[in-house]
Amino acid sequence: MIAGIDIGSRSMELVLLDDGNIVSQRTLPTTFDPVAQLRKLLADVAPERCMATGYGRELVREAGLPCPVDTVTEIKAHATGAHALHPEAVTVLDIGGQDTKAISLSKAGKVLKFEMNDRCAAGTGKFLEYTAAVFQIPVEEFGEYALMGENAPVINSMCTVFAETEATSLMARGTRPEDIALGLHMSIARRTVNMLRRVGGKLPVAFVGGVARNPCMTSLLRQLLKADGPDLLTPEAPEMTGALGAAMLA
Amino acid sequence: MSESAYREMWEKLDLDLAAHDGLLEVLGKFYGDIYLSQKGRLNGAEYLDFVLSEVHGLRIKELQDAKAQGKKVIGTFCVFVPEELSLAADAVQVGLCSGADAGKELAEEIVPRNTCALIKSFIGFKLAKLCPFTESCDMIVGETTCDGKKKAYETFGEHVDNMYVMEVPQRKEASDRELWKSEVLRFKDSLEELTGVEITAERLKEGIRIVNEKRRALQRLNALRAAVPTPISGRDVLLVNQISFYDDPVRFTENINKLCDEIEERIAASEGVVPEGTPRVMLSGCPMAVPNWKLPWLIESSGAVIVGEESCIGTRNSRDLVDESGETLEEMLDNIADRYMKIDCACFTPNDERPQNVESMARELDVDGVIQYALMFCQPYTHESIKLDRRLSEAEIPVLGIETDYSMEDAEQLKTRVEAFLEMM
Repeated sequence: MIAGIDIGSRSMELVLLDDGNIVSQRTLPTTFDPVAQLRKLLADVAPERCMATGYGRELVREAGLPCPVDTVTEIKAHATGAHALHPEAVTVLDIGGQDTKAISLSKAGKVLKFEMNDRCAAGTGKFLEYTAAVFQIPVEEFGEYALMGENAPVINSMCTVFAETEATSLMARGTRPEDIALGLHMSIARRTVNMLRRVGGKLPVAFVGGVARNPCMTSLLRQLLKADGPDLLTPEAPEMTGALGAAMLA
Repeated sequence: MSESAYREMWEKLDLDLAAHDGLLEVLGKFYGDIYLSQKGRLNGAEYLDFVLSEVHGLRIKELQDAKAQGKKVIGTFCVFVPEELSLAADAVQVGLCSGADAGKELAEEIVPRNTCALIKSFIGFKLAKLCPFTESCDMIVGETTCDGKKKAYETFGEHVDNMYVMEVPQRKEASDRELWKSEVLRFKDSLEELTGVEITAERLKEGIRIVNEKRRALQRLNALRAAVPTPISGRDVLLVNQISFYDDPVRFTENINKLCDEIEERIAASEGVVPEGTPRVMLSGCPMAVPNWKLPWLIESSGAVIVGEESCIGTRNSRDLVDESGETLEEMLDNIADRYMKIDCACFTPNDERPQNVESMARELDVDGVIQYALMFCQPYTHESIKLDRRLSEAEIPVLGIETDYSMEDAEQLKTRVEAFLEMM
């Protein structure tokens, strides 16, 4: 059995492969004690080899696991995972907790070019989490809520804190909260599409990472990319893509 | 010279001793981690270690001694200031401190926050009283290579009493060449007035020869480092380039040529600092002043080796020589003006030479990829970075763009980008 572990800022994922087949996949929040969480994640399994990715990949190496640990960047891991799930995709978009990555792939799944957001978490899952909290809505339901919006006001601030200020002043002016929620999603979608274009932005795009579960983001990206059904692909468990890719590279 | 004598000297230069101690301590630790930890370093690197360990000590003492003998010290921030003329006026020319986050908060009180780290740094070093070079200067020469610097020199000039600014043209037409020539002449006159030394043809010829010899040594080093397996780390070559702005030019040339002799022996024995097959990377973009070693260190500790620096603290400073055939003062001044107009700084528009230079350098060095380095808020280089990205991609040379500053907080994110770039190769 081979393990792929992806430690992100918000959650960590484990994918176990046996003979190339997924036998188990699970996730836990990263918290402020990622090593303890990692032990919990691996409590009842004994993989032969382990490949770690994500910003916490070095932690896995140093955690003293009972199997050899190697590391790979989240760029290659996501590219590999996305290519396995959607071999037709030539671009990968991953929106995670604090990182957004746009990767262009060759037909064979090789990374040709990539872009990542800067040190700021604007336009990532963190941004959605933060703004959902302002609406007092669980982040998992924020996309559904935003889909009820009709006229998205333009939110210009890319800074999470300033975006909240902008949203608050829109509320004070009587803008419907659903519309504001849609506007916030739109601001991320626009920024994301820019990043995709910088790597070529070719279709089909595989949209992975936790934010791919957000129906409003998917819908807005389709609209902005002019991507029909098969041009924007999301796996069933998009947050597992990095861990899957890592396991395949172990 | 003893530590206490240095302290006395620093006190005379009105440095903030406690803060300066802190700076030297951080610098020493950083240097230990990044440089002294390297394996299989050349013996000639002892010269680099020595110069760096004495950068605020012995070298400053030498400047004070030179001043005591009546020589003048000229401080600069840019490769456009002709050292040939300073030497001909019997002056010493040195680069000023601008590579560390020192006095950043103080700098942000007098220049906009979204100013590049290099500008904030030289202002911060001055306001926080941390740079013994700046404090030793009889004249500080700025230049109009970007709006940020141009305006910052106005403010900086309020804090030093010897600010001088050269106008670097923005285009390369005949009228621009004329403007630059007149700036070279104005600089010559100012130097003569400051030093009381007349710049004669004979003196200038010697100045040209000394600086050309320095550039030839750097050219020789750049040619030798390209060998496979790589005989010297990119970090060490960057340091050589950095030191070329501080140390006495004749001593520097002699030591770098010795270093090159040793590299030739290594090449003959097929010895390298990294195994054959190590990914070869070229850096391109903004200058990296001491102790801005963050990115080279991240690259080389991720399993690649840097084989070229297309930068002002790199090939942009050493690529072109001044034509030495001039006999009259006028001919020599023309040759100097022509040589400096060849610099492919991003301040020029258009600047078609630079993409050509970058591409041909990447091909000659047979690199596996180019990492473009831009300081955040550096308009000229961030603009060119987008164009260069396109050009190199079309030429099928992998390219990665990095925008950062002097802080270490983004080291992990940068490491991920660099590692992913190496995985692509």
